[in-house]
Amino acid sequence: MRNTLIIAKRELVAYFSSPLAYVFIVIFLALAGALGFYLGAFFERGQADLGSFFLFHPWLFMILVPAIGMRLWAEERRSGTIELLMTLPITPVEAVLGKFLAAWAFTTIALALTFPMWLTVNYLGAPDNGIIVASYIGSWLMAGAFLALSSCLSALTKNQVIAFIVGAAVSFLFLMSGLDLVLDAFRGWAPAYVVDLVASLSFLTHFAAIAKGVISLPTVVFLVSLILLCLFINTQVIELKKAT
Amino acid sequence: MATLLDVRGLSRHFGAITAVDNVSFAVERGGVLGFLGPNGAGKTTTMRMIAGFLAPSTGTAIVCGADVGTDPVAVKRRLGYLPEGAPLYVDMTPAGFLEFVASIRGLDGPDRRRRLADVVERMHLGDVLHQRIETLSKGYRRRVALAQAILHDPDVLILDEPTDGLDPNQKYEVRELIRTMAPTKAIVISTHILEEVEALCNRAIIIARGRVVADGTPESLRARSDRHNAVTLRLSAGEAQRAMQVLQPLPEVARVDLMAQFDGTVDLLVRPANGRSITAEVGAALRAQEIGVEELSSERGRLDDVFRTITSAP
Repeated sequence: MRNTLIIAKRELVAYFSSPLAYVFIVIFLALAGALGFYLGAFFERGQADLGSFFLFHPWLFMILVPAIGMRLWAEERRSGTIELLMTLPITPVEAVLGKFLAAWAFTTIALALTFPMWLTVNYLGAPDNGIIVASYIGSWLMAGAFLALSSCLSALTKNQVIAFIVGAAVSFLFLMSGLDLVLDAFRGWAPAYVVDLVASLSFLTHFAAIAKGVISLPTVVFLVSLILLCLFINTQVIELKKAT
Repeated sequence: MATLLDVRGLSRHFGAITAVDNVSFAVERGGVLGFLGPNGAGKTTTMRMIAGFLAPSTGTAIVCGADVGTDPVAVKRRLGYLPEGAPLYVDMTPAGFLEFVASIRGLDGPDRRRRLADVVERMHLGDVLHQRIETLSKGYRRRVALAQAILHDPDVLILDEPTDGLDPNQKYEVRELIRTMAPTKAIVISTHILEEVEALCNRAIIIARGRVVADGTPESLRARSDRHNAVTLRLSAGEAQRAMQVLQPLPEVARVDLMAQFDGTVDLLVRPANGRSITAEVGAALRAQEIGVEELSSERGRLDDVFRTITSAP
């Protein structure tokens, strides 16, 4: 655990020592605000809640989270520093976890910086702050799941651009897996329970509830197990591919 | 003497290719092993397996009693490793990077400060401690990477081409550093530079196509050279022909060759018939015929000749 935190700290500092961190935060905040206000019609709805703001988080994360996750392992592999890291007295699990936690902490910071939205809605009316907190927690967990996915995919390549594109594409499939676009691809040949299984993987389905402030146990279990599964695969991939 | 590093039958296959084939050796405290071989011979692969970065297909390495196959973290704790090309986190400063490594290595308190101050002084990093590594010269980067490897004062050091790409002064400094550490550690260095092996190592292993093809002291490897104990003569052009006629029939002499000619002088190389020193016999024979010699020197043999002969054999 100690090593995990040391690695996470190094990684988090590394984010802020490049322009990536600032570019990301600015764009995330601008887009989150703009989408919530304009596309979500925050004012026109005349309701004191952040539903229209949270509604766009899955789409934002689909593009922006792979941008954070892409460098996690692809950069280590390209620059050869993975050899340095993996010959320090740490286990692969500590390395994977440390890097993931740093990236998640970074997205947490970005998410936390949307607090003016919350202040605004409280200034304008009397929202149910319990719902807002629940939505934030749900959004945060979903960002973690996207990130674990991106981290895992980033370990497969030395090329950050490939890591980003594949990360965004896989995130898109997870988002859409509850919709006919994806399900039709399975309906033709797969038994019904497989179709149901694929549908239950949909972030959009899970997030629709989250945006209303409902964090159900299945959703939490789903997101947490997806994170753990991705990090487990990530560890195996690192073990297999680190020296190639 | 305690064996600190014991490499037992390491092999590594990549698909159908055998990169390393049954390599074994042991290094004791005080030992400096030079690991030689052409590019692609398997030096780096072997070192990566010892350092726990690459899993061996068969065999294992024991570092200070810990087996890299079963307890890689224990091996990594006791080992200092400089990877090939000295990769570094270039967006960090040397100070930040060494602090990170010190934390991972579990150094703290006065010991941590003492070790950090020690490597910064040894590697002359004081001036660049707070510059980003990407702005540093190759020499400084190499020193930062070396500082990382020796930070925890490990008993075993594995250095993959520690002087590659350095200028002559920097090479000299790195060699001095290795020399000062040598008595208390077991050190393995890989290199292409044969003079480095002669200057630093008390043992050399030559590896080609994944196999150990020679293993011995630099002295014993040099003895394999056909120039070992040969005698070089420099004499005036007029005397050369006579000298060759006198020396060629001697039973101790295998062959006399004309090596070079300039400004009225000629260099002759006299190779011994059985590898033993023939300086006395050659000297006596020339004196008996009153042939004047400007220079006479005995050759110790050339490691690079041996290296070429051994590693280019089919």
